[in-house]
Amino acid sequence: MNVPRGVLEVTGLVKHFPIHGGLLQRQTGAVRAVDGVSFTIAKGETLGLVGESGCGKSTIGKTVLKLIEPTAGKIVLGGQDITGLKPAAMWPHRKRIQTIFQDPYSSMNPRLPAGTIVGEPLENFGIANGRERDDRVARLFERVGLRPDAMRKYAHEFSGGQRQRLGIAKALSVSPDVIVADEPVSALDVSVQAQVLNLLIDLQEELGLAYLFISHDLAVMRHISHRIAVMYLGRIVEITDKRTLFSTPLHPYTEALLSAATAPDPKRRGKRKAIVQGDVPSPAKPPSGCHFHTRCPYATAECKVTSPPLREVAPGHHVACLLR
Amino acid sequence: MSGAGTTLLEVRDLHTQFNTLDGVVRAVDGVSFDLARGETLGIVGESGCGKSVTALSILRLIPPETGRIASGSIHFEGHDLATLPEDEMKRLRGHRISMIFQEPMTSLNPVLTVGTQIAENVVRHLDVSWKAARERTFEMLNLVRIADARRRLDEYPHQLSGGMRQRVMIAMALSCDPQVLIADEPTTALDVTIQAQILDLMLELKEKTGTAIVLITHDLGVVAETAERVVVMYAGRKVEEAPVEALFERPLHPYTRGLMAAIPRLDIDAETGGRRPRLQEIPGLVPRLTQPIVGCAFASRCTLATDRCRAEAPPVVDAGSGHTVACWEAR
Repeated sequence: MNVPRGVLEVTGLVKHFPIHGGLLQRQTGAVRAVDGVSFTIAKGETLGLVGESGCGKSTIGKTVLKLIEPTAGKIVLGGQDITGLKPAAMWPHRKRIQTIFQDPYSSMNPRLPAGTIVGEPLENFGIANGRERDDRVARLFERVGLRPDAMRKYAHEFSGGQRQRLGIAKALSVSPDVIVADEPVSALDVSVQAQVLNLLIDLQEELGLAYLFISHDLAVMRHISHRIAVMYLGRIVEITDKRTLFSTPLHPYTEALLSAATAPDPKRRGKRKAIVQGDVPSPAKPPSGCHFHTRCPYATAECKVTSPPLREVAPGHHVACLLR
Repeated sequence: MSGAGTTLLEVRDLHTQFNTLDGVVRAVDGVSFDLARGETLGIVGESGCGKSVTALSILRLIPPETGRIASGSIHFEGHDLATLPEDEMKRLRGHRISMIFQEPMTSLNPVLTVGTQIAENVVRHLDVSWKAARERTFEMLNLVRIADARRRLDEYPHQLSGGMRQRVMIAMALSCDPQVLIADEPTTALDVTIQAQILDLMLELKEKTGTAIVLITHDLGVVAETAERVVVMYAGRKVEEAPVEALFERPLHPYTRGLMAAIPRLDIDAETGGRRPRLQEIPGLVPRLTQPIVGCAFASRCTLATDRCRAEAPPVVDAGSGHTVACWEAR
C-alpha cells in the first residue's frame, strides 16, 4: 500500500480462536475472528474500524494492544516490531499504545479514589511519584474537563460521561502515540456523547495522537475519522478516506450499511433500504470465496469460489470485490 | 382500518414512583398523551427520562415491591389501567395490549420451543384449541418472514440469531391482534442491517394489521423514520410533542434543539475546509429525580433559562398545528 509510514502498521494480521470439542477436547475448528488484515495509521490520524457484531473489529483492537497474541501477521509500533514480544519485553512499549473502553466503570477499582486510578500508570512506569504525580493527575483532570477536587471521589460517584473522561485521562497519563478506542461513546447518551467526541478531537489536534477508533455507528465514525475501514467477517472489504467512503462507496456491503442507516430527518423517510437480507454468518464457518456472497444482491458464481483481494482502485481507495 | 384517528389510549397526568435507598424517585412526573387508533407514536429521551417506565406503567408491569403508579389515569377500551385489578389486567396484556423489548433473549423462555411459547399466548387469550393455536403460530412466523417456519416452531430461542429472536417476539406480540403494541428500544441491540429489516417489518405489519404502536427509543433516526407523532421526555416530564415533520423541522424546546444539534449526522456533510466540526454539547447533567424538581427540569442546563424558569414549572402549551411545548421562553 502506498501510504506514508505510520505510527502503527499492521500487516496480514490473523487471529483464530480454537474451538475444542468432543470427549478429548481436541481442536475441532477455529473462529476466524481476524483473517488477514492490513492497515497503517499516521500520527494525528483517526482510522475508523466499522462493522457489525462478530466482524473482528474488537479483536483487532485487542491484538494490536497485545492483550491477545496474533496467530499470524506483523504489528509495528513506532518503527518497532512488537508482534513476537513477550509480556516483559512488551512492557516499555505499552506506554506508547493505550486504550479507552466502552464501559470504563468495569475497568476501575471501586475502592480507589479517582486520582489514584488515573495516576496508577504514572507510578507503574516510574514516570512520576508523590507530589509530582498528584500535580500531573490534577492537570490531566483539568485537561479532560473534570475538577481536580474530584480526584478524591470514587468511580461510582461519577456519571457515565465523567467516567469516560477518567478513562481518557488515564490513557493520556503516559503520553501515548496511539489510542485504541473501542466503542468509547456507545454507552453514552447523545448529549454526553457529543462532549466526549469533542474532547477526543481536541486532544488529537493538540497532542498529535493517532486513534484506532472502533465503532458500529456510522454517523459517529463519519464525524471523528479521517479514514475508515469497513470490516465483514474478519476481513477489510473497503478502506478509504471518509469523504470517498460516504460519497462513492464501492463494496456492496458498504453500500448496504450506508443504506440501512437511519437519518434524523423524516423527509428522508423511505430512502432507507434493507438491501441485504438474512444474518451475518458465523465466523466459525465463514462462507467460501467472498465472505459476503451469501447476502450480496450482486453475487455471481465466481464470488462463491474466489476470495477477492483488497485492490487499490483509486489512490488510497482499496476494495475487495470481484465486481467493482 | 376502521375508526382511524379516534383516541385509543389516553394517558393523563401519570406519576410513577420508585422507593430507593436514596429516597423516592419520581421516574414519571405528570405525563399526558393520547394514542390514536392505528397510529405510531414515538417517545424519545435519554436514559432516565422515564420513557420505559411510562411503557411499563401502561402495561402495569411496575414491580410492586419497589414502585407504584402514584396518580394519574390510563384510559383504554373503557378501563382505567392505572387501577384495574390484576386479573383483568392479565386478560388485556398480550392480547389487547402487547409489548416487545430491547433484548428478546431475556423475555423468551429458554426451555420452551418458540412454537409452544407463541401458542401458549394464543390459547390463553383466544378461545381456541392447541392445534388451532399452533396453526396460528405458524401463520405468525410466516408473517414476520421467518424462513422455514414449520421447522422453527420446534426450535429453542438459543438456536436463533438476535434478529430472528426479535421477529419471534413480534410474532408473539401480534398473535392475538392487539390494538396497541408497545415497542421499547426494539432495534437497539441489533446490528444496522438487521435493524433496517426489523423496522421495515414493523411498519409493514402495522399497515397490515392496523395495530397502533408506541415506539420508545433514544434514537432520533429511528423516530424520524417510523413515528407519525413524537413525545420528547426529559427528567420524567413531557417537554414537547409534535407531528414528526414539525418536530424535526422546527423543534421548539431548548432540550429538543440541543439533542438534534448534538448528534453526528450521516446525511449532512457538515465538514468545513477539511476540519471536523464540533458537535454542540448540552452542558451539565440530568437532575437527580430523588428531590422534587422546582421549576423547569431543564433550567440548570438551558441557555435561555430565566428566574421564572427556575421557580415555576412551565405548563404544556399549544404552539399550533398539534405542536405543544413546555417552556416559558420558546413559544
